[in-house]
Amino acid sequence: MKQSTMDHAARANDFNRDEERVNWHDETLWWIRQKRDLSVNRLPEWEELREAASQIKHNALSNLHGYLQAFEANAIANGVKVHWAANADEHNRIVHNILKSHGINRMVKSKSMLTEECHLNDYLAENGIEVIDSDLGERIVQLANEPPSHIVLPCIHKKKGEIGDLFHRHLGSAEGETDPQVLTETARQHLREVFLTRKAALTGVNFAVAETGEFVVCTNEGNADMGAHLADVHIAAMGIEKIIPLRKHLSIFLRLLTRSATGQPITTYSSHFKTPAAGKEMHVILVDNGRSTQLGREDFRNSLKCIRCGACMNTCPVYRRSGGHSYHSAIAGPIGSILAPNLDMKQHADLPFASTLCGSCSNVCPVKIDIHDQLYKWRQVIVKEGYAPEAKKLMMKGMALTLSSPAFYRFAGKAGRTVMRLAPFAAGNKLNPWYNQRDMPEAPAQSFAEWYKKNRL
Amino acid sequence: MSSRSNILAAVLANQPDNSPLPDVSIFNDLYTSEDAVERFIATAMGIGSSVHRVAGIDEINKVISERFTHGPVVSNLSGINNALAVDDDNYHAADVELSVFKVRLAVAENGALWLTEEDIQKRVLPFICQHLALVVNAANIVGSMHQAYERIGNARYNYGTFISGPSKTADIEQSLVLGAHGPRSLTVFIID
Ligand code: SF4
Repeated sequence: MKQSTMDHAARANDFNRDEERVNWHDETLWWIRQKRDLSVNRLPEWEELREAASQIKHNALSNLHGYLQAFEANAIANGVKVHWAANADEHNRIVHNILKSHGINRMVKSKSMLTEECHLNDYLAENGIEVIDSDLGERIVQLANEPPSHIVLPCIHKKKGEIGDLFHRHLGSAEGETDPQVLTETARQHLREVFLTRKAALTGVNFAVAETGEFVVCTNEGNADMGAHLADVHIAAMGIEKIIPLRKHLSIFLRLLTRSATGQPITTYSSHFKTPAAGKEMHVILVDNGRSTQLGREDFRNSLKCIRCGACMNTCPVYRRSGGHSYHSAIAGPIGSILAPNLDMKQHADLPFASTLCGSCSNVCPVKIDIHDQLYKWRQVIVKEGYAPEAKKLMMKGMALTLSSPAFYRFAGKAGRTVMRLAPFAAGNKLNPWYNQRDMPEAPAQSFAEWYKKNRL
Repeated sequence: MSSRSNILAAVLANQPDNSPLPDVSIFNDLYTSEDAVERFIATAMGIGSSVHRVAGIDEINKVISERFTHGPVVSNLSGINNALAVDDDNYHAADVELSVFKVRLAVAENGALWLTEEDIQKRVLPFICQHLALVVNAANIVGSMHQAYERIGNARYNYGTFISGPSKTADIEQSLVLGAHGPRSLTVFIID
């Protein structure tokens, strides 16, 4: 996968070079946000559902030690093999060892953001194991050698012409074919062959129930089930925060998840895996990778409630106009910007600043995570720890000077207005990233303070 | 120390004080089952299923024989014309044109039907067939997911799934396409 050291702003700048694409991206995600609203507004109990979900997750986090062990004991009693991984590397080694013990060198995988976080595909490729992603959007970005740009809509940054080209090159569809129906059928035939021939399948986990040891996987395509049921070995990888206490709590989360994600009342398939099928093997890997640390950070603990619906991305004015890849982290958008600094504060110091703090994310979040507050809090931590991005540091010094001296504040305001009237190019130039892809508004002739002095009675 | 004990120790050290579970029974009675059948039909059709209200197996056979003529039909119901039993050895799952399953629970609010391993025997069958048909008694359609889990209770199943329509994707420029990897259509028969 492509990795570079560019920060969010520089990458967003890149994404914004293609104005037509940005506008499409922006409008499409907003359209999905509106579908969410239509669906949500049909349920008068929506706010109570969010509150219940948030409280259940809070209970789960506050008793995680007990619930994890209960889940493990129940899963083992169900015939499932349970593994624990402290970090990404251990997770990857566990998967590799399971495959090795069966002499398997080809695996099919349905959507799992955790395996993106752990860079599992790269690790297995280095060890001679081929992985094929079976979610259509993930297969598309895999063929393009890119990571997903959205947790629910992995190739939302791609246009159908590009997908047609990829399919022509890799899957043999006709040159110039761009009809989504035809391209999907091409992928269906290609992946059917994969499902029927792979002896191991890896899936993610949406919810794991402590009470019963079962876990639930949600898809619209049916790819998780096709892979898992046709393989001899099913490996399910989950973060330790995916635990919920009771089976009946699934009713709350399944009602919230897809309405928030796409506006559908539920995914096409919500599959509850409890025991391996006769003669087959089922593994669950419980992965920490920084989650127990985040659990101890009081200010950021709530981020572990996330059910990965993607609503905070669809609504985010920054995400919509900068694209998922600008976040250089497996999980993009507002929630990704809270999770990433926990894993590596220095590398992800720019992300909490990639927000307007408008609060739209917190308003749509189905488990009521205080996303924008946490972004704000990360900024303080990052600055205090000395990881603030250089440009922000300079700007903040300037702000501190301006705001600490009323006289300088008045002078700076006047100077700014004069410059904007007489020489707008001075602000709207290459040195000011805000001006890229934007036109500066006309400056008012007087400040509010000046107006107020003149007009007050 | 093993990763297991390290993780559990870190979790124990870092988890906050116990916070109680909310009472979720408040959601159970928000939807009556009175108009559940009508609501189920409207929702299921809205997400791409076709729905037929039938008096019995003859009407089901009529619809099936008109629409599905290509390949093997597999069913857990007796009386479906030309259908092989699920545990018959004379078919390949990958060749199945139509699977027909009687199920015991459906949900009005989202058009989903609940299938367990007991109903389908081979887990892959409702996914790998080209078309799927599910049969449910009207009396087994509940209003909401809360009522569905109330019905399921602590039933023992090895595997269970809610299915709510044909397999679908919108990954290519958000254009909805039916028949991603699983069935290209879902037909629901409601027996009154
Ligand atoms: S933070 Fe909330 S809105 Fe964002 S993906 Fe997670 S659950 Fe959805």
